[in-house]
Amino acid sequence: MDVINNSILTLILLAPLAGAVLVALVPDRWKLPNWIALATTLTTFGLTLHLPAHFDKTQPGFQFVIDIPWIKSPAINYHVGVDGLSMWLVVLVGLLAPVGVVASWNAIHERRKLFFALFLIQQTAMLGVFLSLDLMVYYGFWELSLVPMAILIAMYGRKDGPKAALKFFLFTFIPSAPLLVAILWLYTQTGSFDFTTLQILIAHGNFPAGALYWAALAFLFAFAVKVPVFPLHGWLAGTFSEAPVALAMVVAGKLGLYSMLRFHIGLFPEQARAIAPVLVGLAVVGILYGACLALVQRDFWRLMAFAALSHLSLITLGIYGLTLTGWEGAVYQILSHGVVDGALFLLLGVLYDRYATSQISAYGGLAAKLPLTATFFVVATLAMIGLPMLNGFIGEFLILVSTFTSVSKGWAIAATLGAILSAAYMLWLVQRIFYGPESALVTSKPPEDLRLGQLAVLWPLAALMLVMGVAPMLWLPTIATGMHPPPAQFQVMRVLPQGEVQR
Amino acid sequence: MIFVLHFLLNHEDLFRILPEVILTLTGVLVMLLDATLPPGLTRRPLGWVAAFGTTLALWGSLFQLSLPAGTGFSGTIETSAFTVFFHVLICGIVLVALLLSLDTLPEKSHHQGEFYALIVFGAVGMCLLTGAVELLLVFIALEISSIATYVLAGYRKHTACGPEAAIKYFLLGSFATAFLLYGIAMIFGATGTTQIYEIARLVPIAQNHAFILVGLGLMLVGILFKVSAVPFHVWTPDVYEGSPTPVVALLSTAPKAAAFALLLRVIYEMLPTLRSVWQPLLWVVAVLSMTVGNLAALRQQNVKRMLAYSAIAHAGYLLAAFAGLGSSGIAAASFYIAAYAAMNVGIFAVVTLVSGYDEKLPLINDYRGLIYRSPLLGSLLIFFLVSLIGIPFTGGFFGKFYAFAAAVGGGAIWLAIIGLLNSGLAAAYYLRLALATAQRPDLDGVTKSTPQQGSPRVGAAVIAALAMAVLVTLVLGIVPNDVLQAAESGAHTLRVPPAEISIPVNVVEPQQP
Repeated sequence: MDVINNSILTLILLAPLAGAVLVALVPDRWKLPNWIALATTLTTFGLTLHLPAHFDKTQPGFQFVIDIPWIKSPAINYHVGVDGLSMWLVVLVGLLAPVGVVASWNAIHERRKLFFALFLIQQTAMLGVFLSLDLMVYYGFWELSLVPMAILIAMYGRKDGPKAALKFFLFTFIPSAPLLVAILWLYTQTGSFDFTTLQILIAHGNFPAGALYWAALAFLFAFAVKVPVFPLHGWLAGTFSEAPVALAMVVAGKLGLYSMLRFHIGLFPEQARAIAPVLVGLAVVGILYGACLALVQRDFWRLMAFAALSHLSLITLGIYGLTLTGWEGAVYQILSHGVVDGALFLLLGVLYDRYATSQISAYGGLAAKLPLTATFFVVATLAMIGLPMLNGFIGEFLILVSTFTSVSKGWAIAATLGAILSAAYMLWLVQRIFYGPESALVTSKPPEDLRLGQLAVLWPLAALMLVMGVAPMLWLPTIATGMHPPPAQFQVMRVLPQGEVQR
Repeated sequence: MIFVLHFLLNHEDLFRILPEVILTLTGVLVMLLDATLPPGLTRRPLGWVAAFGTTLALWGSLFQLSLPAGTGFSGTIETSAFTVFFHVLICGIVLVALLLSLDTLPEKSHHQGEFYALIVFGAVGMCLLTGAVELLLVFIALEISSIATYVLAGYRKHTACGPEAAIKYFLLGSFATAFLLYGIAMIFGATGTTQIYEIARLVPIAQNHAFILVGLGLMLVGILFKVSAVPFHVWTPDVYEGSPTPVVALLSTAPKAAAFALLLRVIYEMLPTLRSVWQPLLWVVAVLSMTVGNLAALRQQNVKRMLAYSAIAHAGYLLAAFAGLGSSGIAAASFYIAAYAAMNVGIFAVVTLVSGYDEKLPLINDYRGLIYRSPLLGSLLIFFLVSLIGIPFTGGFFGKFYAFAAAVGGGAIWLAIIGLLNSGLAAAYYLRLALATAQRPDLDGVTKSTPQQGSPRVGAAVIAALAMAVLVTLVLGIVPNDVLQAAESGAHTLRVPPAEISIPVNVVEPQQP
């Protein structure tokens, strides 16, 4: 078992890559690329499940660690590991990959080999971001994740793929220039790219104070664009409306949010505390701004984009509230947002494939013709707007409670307003698509409900939404171990679910 | 006769120019065979002869590693890890360019034998340039390589822009070489010698300091012209556009590598004491090159012109490494040249195949949907573009990484920031091509039938060339240790005075007992 534990993370990283090579080699016939991609993603998912099965909850810090020298000068190590913060995110990436393959099963009919090869490379890149503990390796995967995404958006864009891809790439690539300079500067100061070493050195070293603030800002800037945080969201709507469904469901959110927790707050706690009020303000603006824009969209991809902006801003609020409860809520919300978005995008992709339009006004009265689609859509919608007993509620509740008790009552009330607006635009979307009089477009096509493959994915996702909603304690204790012994200056408070405050 | 041979084989000096000797013999052999073969016969086998000779020369330079580092021919030529690094690089580039030409030159093209011979003779000059430690030999080597490349640039003489390219390159190049020669004369005037080590010894005690400064300036003009750095870059786009693409693959890499080797030698080995003079100069040239190159490339519609401006920008990134202290800068620059050469040769190889020898498809818009027409070429093009952008796990990333790490280590943080922001800018135009390649052809009203040229002939030679370029780009991006080590041991053989020790902030003061 030790052999597996000592190499599981490498296996997780290599499995999709091997699949990509295999896809590139086989002929494009009998849907072979699709089947290989499905097998690969299921294998990877199985491998990621090994982590929670053998994770030792009693032990803080990183587990399954591999640390091998990779490049001698400058000293870059292949250093990977997971803790409570990253473990479930890795599983989430593993879970969403087969969902993505199923969502692309019929949607992609040209150049399938390229599509699935790039899709699998994208998986490796994302897994690498969550696993790396060496800043250079992390940066490598971070950058690598852009390339397949941009190419696939350009190749399979719906109207103007290349333009959206260029926007997406430049928006995320240019901020990583200051990030790289900051990493290099840290290296010249400390002689290390290693996360744990740097964490100690930054906490105890004596640095030119101003420079450290700039370095922290460079980190934060790169992450904030990727999330995206309010004024930096320019790429989001275009990317959502052009990207293939399988990629749209993973493009936003978790990479940037995780990086904020791990590398911004984790490395620069003092600097993060100084800038936190700004981010709290931006997050609340983002919640309301995204929700308001989502209300007036006529295109469902764009609606989903602004809805994502709103929900991701809520998670940012949880992170920069700088409380343990907020962090737990944020990580939990990242997980549940991933699951819900996966389901919603899969269903919208099904509609788009059948009716070839994303104009909401073209739809109407679908519920009678496609009852299964409608049911799953409603379930996912309810989960998204935070109905108690479903998964969206837990994270939202934890974040809002922590904001209310330890950040500011005003911001918490404003953020709660966003939750109400979210119910408004999502339910209105359901009403316009699935209810009301049947539209001409819907009448013109023969009814064809979800296929077996899609059901095989949607049932587990729906079940997961329910389980995550009623039994959060299956996840939260593990997540809590990932919140490192927080630096003393945070004045950390822990809000228990009953509402008591514990110092 | 036997005695002569015996004498030659035992003579250590000869081994010091072994690759050059092999290349010269190959070139002469190709010329002779070309003259003796009957006129109607195909000349392609001559290309294979040249490729074989170049491979031999490559092994020859590796063999030189077993020689003790030192100079030959009364201190005019040096063999060391540094020269071997560049020899191998140049021979590799020339080999790829030859393989590329083998399959893409039209069967009936005129003077094919001379074409191959000229490439090999050019390689002689470039190899000699990296080993020369005597300024007159530097000048001769530069001329050998330049004259060959001038002719090659104008090889498509039936087109309008072919001769234009050759004449522009020749006239401007001759001016630049004249500057270099004048600089050499100035330095000779000040020190009374043209041997680089002697000059390095004499410069600190020389009386005519102004002469040396002027000499340095003039020599820099000549060298920076060869590496196409701003403001000596104006020839680049026209020459790249007019020359046959396999020649551009060579032109944009091998002479540049040789010129950068010369630059390293001149400033680090010959005039290290004038660091306070050349450092700010190169800082400015680096910033100008990246910025001007990238801004101009943004506006280009022609793929070759765009890549020409991108080459100018890359010269700028490379010059950023010169801000590094001591041998770190040299190692970074050497590594960058290797990475740049691999990806640039690769991308020009793909461009050759896509647009053909006659360049029926020169514009970025012509590349639309390439990945749907030819998945292999499309993917390769995107791969090399990704490396040029500098995405991790490709050679381009580590090249930039080491260059800017050297700059940050040398205290030039602003140079690194400007450089990395520039690479963001550069991503815009590389991506424009990459995304056009990936675009679905029926999208956006591009329904007009793209000119269907016969699908490019992808023969064994081209496959080998592309495979080499891809492999090197990947190796430099994933397991760069060995190449980096070679670059570092090369850097250490340059006789650079030790860098001032910079004290890291976190070093704890040793406690006195």
